[in-house]
Amino acid sequence: MTESKSKRRPWVIAGVVAVVAVFGWLLYGGLDKNVVFFLTPQELLAKGTAGYDVPVRLGGQVKPGTVKWDDKTLRLTFEVTDGKSDVAVQSSGAPPQMFRDGMGVVVEGRFGRDHVFNSTGLMVKHSNEYHPPKPGEKPQEMYKTLIKGSGS
Amino acid sequence: MTRLLAHDAILVSMAVVLFGIVAVPVAMRTGRRGLLPYAFAAVYTNFFLVSVAAVAMVYALVTHDFSVSYVAQVGGRATPLLFTVISLWGALEGSILFWAWVLSMYAAAVVWINSRRPGNLVPYAAATLLFVSFFFAILLVGPADPFGVVSPVPPDGPGPNPLLQNHILMAIHPPLLYLGYVGMSVPFAFAVGAMLSGEVETDDWMRITRRWTLSAWALLSAAIIAGMWWSYEVLGWGGYWAWDPVENASFLPWLTATAFLHSAMVQERRGMLRLWNLNLVVGTFLLTILGTFLTRSGIVSSVHAFTTGTIGYYFLAFIAIVMLASLALVAGNSERLRSTGRFDSAASRETVFLLNNLFLTAFMFTVLTGTLFPLVAEAIKGVKVSVGEPFFNRMSLPIVVTLLFLMGVGPALPWKAASKAELKAKLVPPAAGAGLMLVIALVAGARNVYALLAFAFAGYAAFANLREYWIGMRARRIAHGEGWGTALVRLVGGNRHRYGGYTAHLGVILVAFGIAASSTFRTEYEATIKPGETISLSGHTLRLKAMWGREEPQRSVVGATLEVMNGSMVKGTMEPRMNFYPMSQSPVPTPAVRSRFLGDLYVNLQAFRPDGSNATIRVIYEPLVPWIWFGGGVVVFGALIAIFPTGRRTDA
Repeated sequence: MTESKSKRRPWVIAGVVAVVAVFGWLLYGGLDKNVVFFLTPQELLAKGTAGYDVPVRLGGQVKPGTVKWDDKTLRLTFEVTDGKSDVAVQSSGAPPQMFRDGMGVVVEGRFGRDHVFNSTGLMVKHSNEYHPPKPGEKPQEMYKTLIKGSGS
Repeated sequence: MTRLLAHDAILVSMAVVLFGIVAVPVAMRTGRRGLLPYAFAAVYTNFFLVSVAAVAMVYALVTHDFSVSYVAQVGGRATPLLFTVISLWGALEGSILFWAWVLSMYAAAVVWINSRRPGNLVPYAAATLLFVSFFFAILLVGPADPFGVVSPVPPDGPGPNPLLQNHILMAIHPPLLYLGYVGMSVPFAFAVGAMLSGEVETDDWMRITRRWTLSAWALLSAAIIAGMWWSYEVLGWGGYWAWDPVENASFLPWLTATAFLHSAMVQERRGMLRLWNLNLVVGTFLLTILGTFLTRSGIVSSVHAFTTGTIGYYFLAFIAIVMLASLALVAGNSERLRSTGRFDSAASRETVFLLNNLFLTAFMFTVLTGTLFPLVAEAIKGVKVSVGEPFFNRMSLPIVVTLLFLMGVGPALPWKAASKAELKAKLVPPAAGAGLMLVIALVAGARNVYALLAFAFAGYAAFANLREYWIGMRARRIAHGEGWGTALVRLVGGNRHRYGGYTAHLGVILVAFGIAASSTFRTEYEATIKPGETISLSGHTLRLKAMWGREEPQRSVVGATLEVMNGSMVKGTMEPRMNFYPMSQSPVPTPAVRSRFLGDLYVNLQAFRPDGSNATIRVIYEPLVPWIWFGGGVVVFGALIAIFPTGRRTDA
């Protein structure tokens, strides 16, 4: 039994190494194609043509005055800015209810050759500290016809 | 007052724990076994002291004692009592306190039950548990001190994180997760104890911890399912799993623990895989600590990541210490870790278990790689990246379908070696289950290869596992003339471990069907409608009856009332809402879900005009999603069958 074991051993080790190598190669290949870069508008534009049509998470602020939302076609457009560069974003689906000028956002999607960023996902970024709502931003004030008027 | 009491309790517990850690090796080396009862007493005292601190914290929360820093951080006078109590685990410091409390409880229970066992295993296991306790005590007086002073005392606090107080599942998911996570410390402590005391070859550490490991695994399984359910009910995107780092953190130790439950049987039956099993147990424990690190250090951004601070370094140091010490111990014990058995044939149950372990471990490494890659990339290359869902899906689907197939093959094969005739008799009939599910999936419109394979192999495994029951029951009927019901009860009762396992398999298969169907056949539609207008999706029509709003003590709510239509008849109503918490800048979505046997109608309020004149509604039809929750329950039920004591009980 000891002899058959010592004869088998190199093959077992070679087998394990081969399996681990193939598995590692698969992992590497999988990562290589699916890594999503997190970029600011300036970094995205600096990439030039290499920035087109690859998955990107674009982070910045909503540029004041650029938000357009058509609730019939569910088409939402706005610009993301980092203070230095702006990127136009187009997305479908409703914006978050409290979507406002100047708020931090991360949009996931691809930058097209037409220089419009096609968003497939939109996340709102919050600072962790608590800020009391400004006057007029309390839901009771913003939605007073609903909250006070319904009486339910 | 409360603050000082709790803080001092933790400080005193550190001294007690330190005494216990030192007393055990001293007692062993100098032969003064009279010291051991004192070391065990340290375990009980630690439980008492940490309980004092935890109860004091709950008391401070309930009485709104805002002079305690943690209460000032998560408390709020407007928060309902239940959510005030459960905010004990709603933020970093409290959750570390809860961890320490659960750990001290496990340690006290496991020592209480096993303290009379002769030998050195239990004392060393107790010392190991105390060592882990000491680490958490350090956190509680250092970077995660919940008992800081707040001065001047604020009149009110912001309340817990809105996402965590929006759903009742938050009262269930975290405690289950902690009980499961921390429960993995017990097999770890006994594995380390066995290596320290030189008792690895008896396999006693595994026998003693079998029920503990199973319980921890069942709790962790339930916690993962509850977490998915929470995500589904609260986040409003209609999904339950996004390969988010925190989800992965709960899943990683589950994978290695599942592997261990299987390979432990190979060790018990055939005396093999001793070294491998020790590594799995140590690895599972390390993954629970890594998971706590990932979710609690703020190193990944998500709803669970509470803070950025120095706490991450403490965790990294602890992980490094445990890893190095375990490696040294395993190396030192390698002579004792020889296999006493050997593989006789490729066609045997142990081979399938080995493959199961191989694929579960590969699965773990895949998820681990995807989870840690962003951290590594940022540390080395300074780039911010994330690993997308496509990576996880592409890499894990082949593994998952293979595991489903193995789940059908394993129960059918005997130990040692199967003859050709046996193989044919056992492995061919379940193909009927595979064929049936394949046809159903094709008719339903599935074309993706992995989706088809998942349905087919889940069908195969379901058939094979159910058939084991059928074969056993039929044999009992013929041999003892029992009715079907009696035969089933006695069959399972006579071999709880085995049939509990098959029941857990059936639960996993139900979860697999739920996930496969809901990700393959999900349909959705989003539209903006006015009151009185309707929205339709795959045969379901909803009419917006009205928009409404109301004030609640801790929040404002805006909702839509939708009528589920059957022609012109109203079958029922659904009320998706948005909850506005004063602490949060954006509302928490609260989708409405209408569950039926074959699937869920899931409705979320996406947006609305401030005056309520229209609303944007998203409707999703999610086939078989309830099967996931039900399957999770079946998994836990299977584990309970296996945990329940075997043999006749004369008392009770």
